[in-house]
Amino acid sequence: MSDKQIFYDTDVDLSFRAKLLTKRMAVYGILIFWAIICLFPIYWTITTSFKLAPDVMKGNMVPWVDYLPKWKGWKSIGLSPDTIWTESTVRAEFLKRIINSAYAAVGSSTIALILGSLAAYGLSRFRYKFGFMRNPDISFFFLSQLILPPVVLALPFLVLYKELALLDTRIGLIMLYALTVLPIVIWIMRDQFASIPVELEEAALVDGLSIWKSFFTIVLPVALPGMVAAFILSLVLTWNEYFFAALLTSTDAKTLPVMVASQTGSQGINWWSMAALSGAAIFPLLIIGIVLERYIIKGMASGAVK
Amino acid sequence: MSTETDLLYVVTSDNISPRRAAFGRMLVRASVGILFLTATTQLLFEYKLISFGFENWRPVLYAYIFWAICLCAAQVIVRGEQGKRVLFVLPAVLFVVSMVVFPLLFGLSISFSDWNLASIDGRKFNGFDNFRQMWADPFYWNALKNMIYYTLAIVIEYAIAFGLALLLNSEIRAQKFFRVTFLLPLMLSPVAVSWMVGKSMMEVRFGPLARLARWVGWEQPSFFGSPEIARATMMMMDAWTFIPFMMIMILAGLQAIPKEVQEAVKIDGASAWQSFWHVTFPLMLPISITAILIRIIFKLKIADIIINVTSGGPGGATDSVTSFIFREYRDRSNVGYGTLLAMVYLVLIVVAITIFMKLVDRWMNPRY
Repeated sequence: MSDKQIFYDTDVDLSFRAKLLTKRMAVYGILIFWAIICLFPIYWTITTSFKLAPDVMKGNMVPWVDYLPKWKGWKSIGLSPDTIWTESTVRAEFLKRIINSAYAAVGSSTIALILGSLAAYGLSRFRYKFGFMRNPDISFFFLSQLILPPVVLALPFLVLYKELALLDTRIGLIMLYALTVLPIVIWIMRDQFASIPVELEEAALVDGLSIWKSFFTIVLPVALPGMVAAFILSLVLTWNEYFFAALLTSTDAKTLPVMVASQTGSQGINWWSMAALSGAAIFPLLIIGIVLERYIIKGMASGAVK
Repeated sequence: MSTETDLLYVVTSDNISPRRAAFGRMLVRASVGILFLTATTQLLFEYKLISFGFENWRPVLYAYIFWAICLCAAQVIVRGEQGKRVLFVLPAVLFVVSMVVFPLLFGLSISFSDWNLASIDGRKFNGFDNFRQMWADPFYWNALKNMIYYTLAIVIEYAIAFGLALLLNSEIRAQKFFRVTFLLPLMLSPVAVSWMVGKSMMEVRFGPLARLARWVGWEQPSFFGSPEIARATMMMMDAWTFIPFMMIMILAGLQAIPKEVQEAVKIDGASAWQSFWHVTFPLMLPISITAILIRIIFKLKIADIIINVTSGGPGGATDSVTSFIFREYRDRSNVGYGTLLAMVYLVLIVVAITIFMKLVDRWMNPRY
């Protein structure tokens, strides 16, 4: 073959490469632009927490270039290096709210995960008949809870909890949060169990295990990644929940988002301390998002792909 | 038990003695009795008909939980292996029924009453007065209208999310970095976002966004001044947090498309636009509809950002139904009226989503 092309430098080739290059540039340009949109508010919050009032007013952006970082914002919530070992009422308050949030998020996610996994497994393996409801109806009944806007439940619950002395308690909040994330857990887990072959349990049953024993020893370990995904996703949703917490808690069980929200109104706006507070509030979730990104994506993607 | 067989077929040899079955039934009846007894005692005490009772309704709740446990145990005692299967679903069903159906019925009853928690009069049944008040309440209708605008914004969010998912799915470097970065806004709590973006970055004097707006040429940037701009700003902030959600779902769908499809398209000589519009997009339709539906459901709950940034202002231009009812309760603690508004909203949502799903169904599976 004598006409085999050796040098790729004809006009056609060169224009092709230039086109490819501009295309690449455009793709990366858009990606970087969007990354900036996603990251800038976080960057702004963290840098603002190290600013003094004049730095905020002048709108300085880059630490050490525009301004000298100071611990003032973190000092005001008692988390700067020189105040961390001293008494601080703000920090005590902050920690109390963080613990409340952690209790509410972990407790409700655990309850939802247990109830939801059991229900999803049952629905994926057996046929039920509750009155007129069969399997698809029961599934729909669970998933339809997702449509229910929180505002519909909020005021009845306010009155009911008052009568039950559950207002401003952690357990009341946990129950309600568990209800809100249960449909999501069932959604994810139903998919997860459907992808596990039934033969696995059949083998276990032949070997003499009961259905519950085979569920716990055989199926659960296989379904663990899905469970982690469901757990993390409900953790994120319940940690960030504001609406119910604002209505149903006041002093004892108040969660972190309510505390952050109540700070904005009072005493003008204290830029650096608000920035420090917001920064501390989003910090745990940033870590979860970066470290456990795989599971979050898995959780959201299940149900989308059949 | 049913016409179809179980996916997991279990052979059982239960021989439940009549005594065991009777014990199971007795357990349920006894727990119902206890529940009934505590509830009546408390009810009579509440109406001052008897002098003894409990401080609050908590014991009734305990009796209810006891009944639920007895019911679950009785399933196994009475029905053996079949009962063990029911035990998988029963706890979740009981939980949801007691947490949703019961409060909903209760809510329905209070929505027809004038009940101000702050006043000592207590609850007064007032028939359809709340309904008439709602009919004449311009702010509620305004909030409903806003919800339509907010929901329509999903189309743009969807377009952006699809574009980003396509980019992430193409062969790029540092894919993981971009994926994590794009996901981050979803992790942040709306309250923190409303301070970070709404209050700090959009501060008119020195917020970076206001600065950027001035630099671009907007003389007097004010993000919450006029109704239209304020609404658009709220939409953008909400989109910022939720675009990752749709993006991830679409990305998962894109990655599930077999490579052979794209190769076949390439061999047939389709341009990039043709391969997207005639192959990728139609293949992605089912997932797109799921993503949009879930997004609509989440959008209809929008409240946190609005409550914290504008509290509905200016003049109710950014109000969502949820934030409006929230303020209605906060300002006037009128439980009855607020509940009625929420109930009407629920009915509207259910009707709208049913119609949407029916339309989609007809469009996806046309019957000729």
